[in-house]
Amino acid sequence: MTAKKHSVGEHLRDQGVSRRAFLKFCTASASLMALPPGLIPAMAAALEQARRPSVIWLSFQECTGCTESLTRSHAPTVEDLILEMISLDYHHTLQAAAGEAAEAAREQAMKDNFGNYLLIVDGSLPGPDANPGYSTIAGVSNYAMLMEAVEGAAAVIAVGTCAAFGGLPEAAPNPTGAVAVMDLIKDKPLVNVSGCPPVPMVISGVLAHYLAFGRLPELDEYHRPLAFFGQSIHDRCYRRPFYDKGLFAETFDDEGARAGWCLYRLGCKGPSTYNACATMRWNAGTSWPIEAGHPCLGCSEPRFWDAGSFYAPLSVPTDLSSTQVLTAGAAGALVGGTVATLARRTVETAAASRQPVTADELEQTL
Amino acid sequence: MTALTDPMGFLLFTKGPLFNIAIAIFALGLLARLAEILLLGRRPNFAEPRAGEWLPGLRTVVTRTLPDPGTFKRAPFNVVTGLIWHIGFLVALLLFIPHIELIKGLFGVSWPGLPNPFVDLVTAVTLVALAATLVHRLNHPVKKRLSTVEDYLVWTVTFLVVLTGYLAYNRLINPYPLALGLHILSAELFLIILPFTKLTHIFTAFIARWYNGASFGRRGVQS
Amino acid sequence: MPALSSIPVRVQTMPCGTTDCGNAVPILHEVRHALERLIATGEGTQIDLNAIPFGPEDEAHLLAVLGVGEVRATIDALGPTHVQETAIPGVWLIDYRITEDQRLALHLDIGDIPEILRTQRQDLDTALTTLDARLTSAQDRAPFEY
Repeated sequence: MTAKKHSVGEHLRDQGVSRRAFLKFCTASASLMALPPGLIPAMAAALEQARRPSVIWLSFQECTGCTESLTRSHAPTVEDLILEMISLDYHHTLQAAAGEAAEAAREQAMKDNFGNYLLIVDGSLPGPDANPGYSTIAGVSNYAMLMEAVEGAAAVIAVGTCAAFGGLPEAAPNPTGAVAVMDLIKDKPLVNVSGCPPVPMVISGVLAHYLAFGRLPELDEYHRPLAFFGQSIHDRCYRRPFYDKGLFAETFDDEGARAGWCLYRLGCKGPSTYNACATMRWNAGTSWPIEAGHPCLGCSEPRFWDAGSFYAPLSVPTDLSSTQVLTAGAAGALVGGTVATLARRTVETAAASRQPVTADELEQTL
Repeated sequence: MTALTDPMGFLLFTKGPLFNIAIAIFALGLLARLAEILLLGRRPNFAEPRAGEWLPGLRTVVTRTLPDPGTFKRAPFNVVTGLIWHIGFLVALLLFIPHIELIKGLFGVSWPGLPNPFVDLVTAVTLVALAATLVHRLNHPVKKRLSTVEDYLVWTVTFLVVLTGYLAYNRLINPYPLALGLHILSAELFLIILPFTKLTHIFTAFIARWYNGASFGRRGVQS
Repeated sequence: MPALSSIPVRVQTMPCGTTDCGNAVPILHEVRHALERLIATGEGTQIDLNAIPFGPEDEAHLLAVLGVGEVRATIDALGPTHVQETAIPGVWLIDYRITEDQRLALHLDIGDIPEILRTQRQDLDTALTTLDARLTSAQDRAPFEY
């Protein structure tokens, strides 16, 4: 893997990519980054000159779903091109090398590109105070490996909800003491590409943005790229007109569900979820969960596993306990009853101890 | 990622632990107040009743709820604005579909809702009417003198509940989890202060009206 | 994906024609503004339809209104790209696809001619060398082979 010999433009021309193909690639990238089409010429010019960066991909407490998402994304040609534009020097699921050779490749790439490589992380990791034995690679704890790798990184991209927010490993009761990457890394540019898994084009979109503009995209307060996470699912949902008209599916098999009405009452977390599914869709742009008739789970938001039932509407409290309410009510009734009894007793005592008073006696008290 | 400072953490806190605390305080306080009122009852009346109690009681619940011409002539602003925002508040509270879902989740009962844009319009009108009541209270010399800290507290919390709901529905605060969390938080404040302020009238007003009518009816007086 | 369309679920959209058709109508108005700009200043506009939250029938409605015009072209680079002039002169529909015939992007181009149809200056750099090479190899061969 030879990094940084050519600019991206030269590298692609060596691969026999014509100018029109390159323009088409830029169009696709701009489209997936939600950039206005007017920016395409500037982007093409920048990409032409960009250097191919070295990328080190670390996988910690994860299910490989994020890598699956990226490698099975809907536009293999474009994905191939983006992967051509970077030099992926370590990814222990995808690389051919194994064992010590693989680790040696990682160390070599880190040394050669110190200060310049992109570090991609998927999966959460046991925090510094947790038992490091819950997750190790080649006998090295995830924490130690991340801290070593981040030293020479130009920027860090946390891919998937586990890396971005802790995800499933961090869900209550968090047995492994899992933390998110951004809990540990404070002094490097960091992008969270959340989602379980993230929309594949979002992963490559962030890479393309970094290549085209030499910096990370604009981010929201969760360090997510605004181009993809700037609007909620609800705001971009094609079923939104039904919400506005008050037309809701109430079960998964009623008239409303068949007619494609809003899924709010079936637990859709679209209003509080920020992601690009509504416009980018999944599986070759075929469809996405809500179009398939399933409410949004809110997988790109922090703590989505602990945010109550997937099928309870957003307005319903997360851990309802009717016994608690009944107990409180019963206790209240008891208190009220006691107060009333005491008051009545005071009145009765006063009435019982009442003595007749003459007008003279009253006058003396004045 | 469990910090309260992030919007989703805040929303989950208001939807989870804080909601349970608020609803427990509400249930405890309200039941205590109602049990006290109902158990204390009234002094027994040994006089022979001249007529029934129930029918006049129920009639008064209706007649005292509807504005009577005399009151309207004396204080048209109070009657009109008061009715508008009370009805608006009830429509938003009971006929907005997410609220119906919440009640269904809590008590298992539900009813049909109204289309969201209609509830949105009603909410906007309610906000204007509520603001008008405050302006009126501050400009009316007698009312200003009569008003206590409690009155302003009750107005503020009621207004906040409606305002945050309006902002959240129209997505005027970003991100949405923060907007929804603020709305739930103000509703929880409302629930917590309800049993201990004059907001209790939500539950006691109709009891009091019935009591009046029943008492009149028993004495054979027109209510 | 024929299997998907054979699932007997028909999704209802907002009634078209009378008041609105989900999100197709606003786009048509955007096209109208772009046409006015093209006529007044000659400046073209590209609209990325992938960035619009379309329901299943919005796109069909939009394309039905725009109709089919005189020019149709296919570019073979990184898979096919279909360029279609609509029945509205100056409004072009560009469907970027990859070899597996999956869509990369769908643009409306409001202008004289879409950029991707023009000869690219960068490719012109190699035009003379390519032609010279072919001339040389043609001279090497016997004329009757042509």
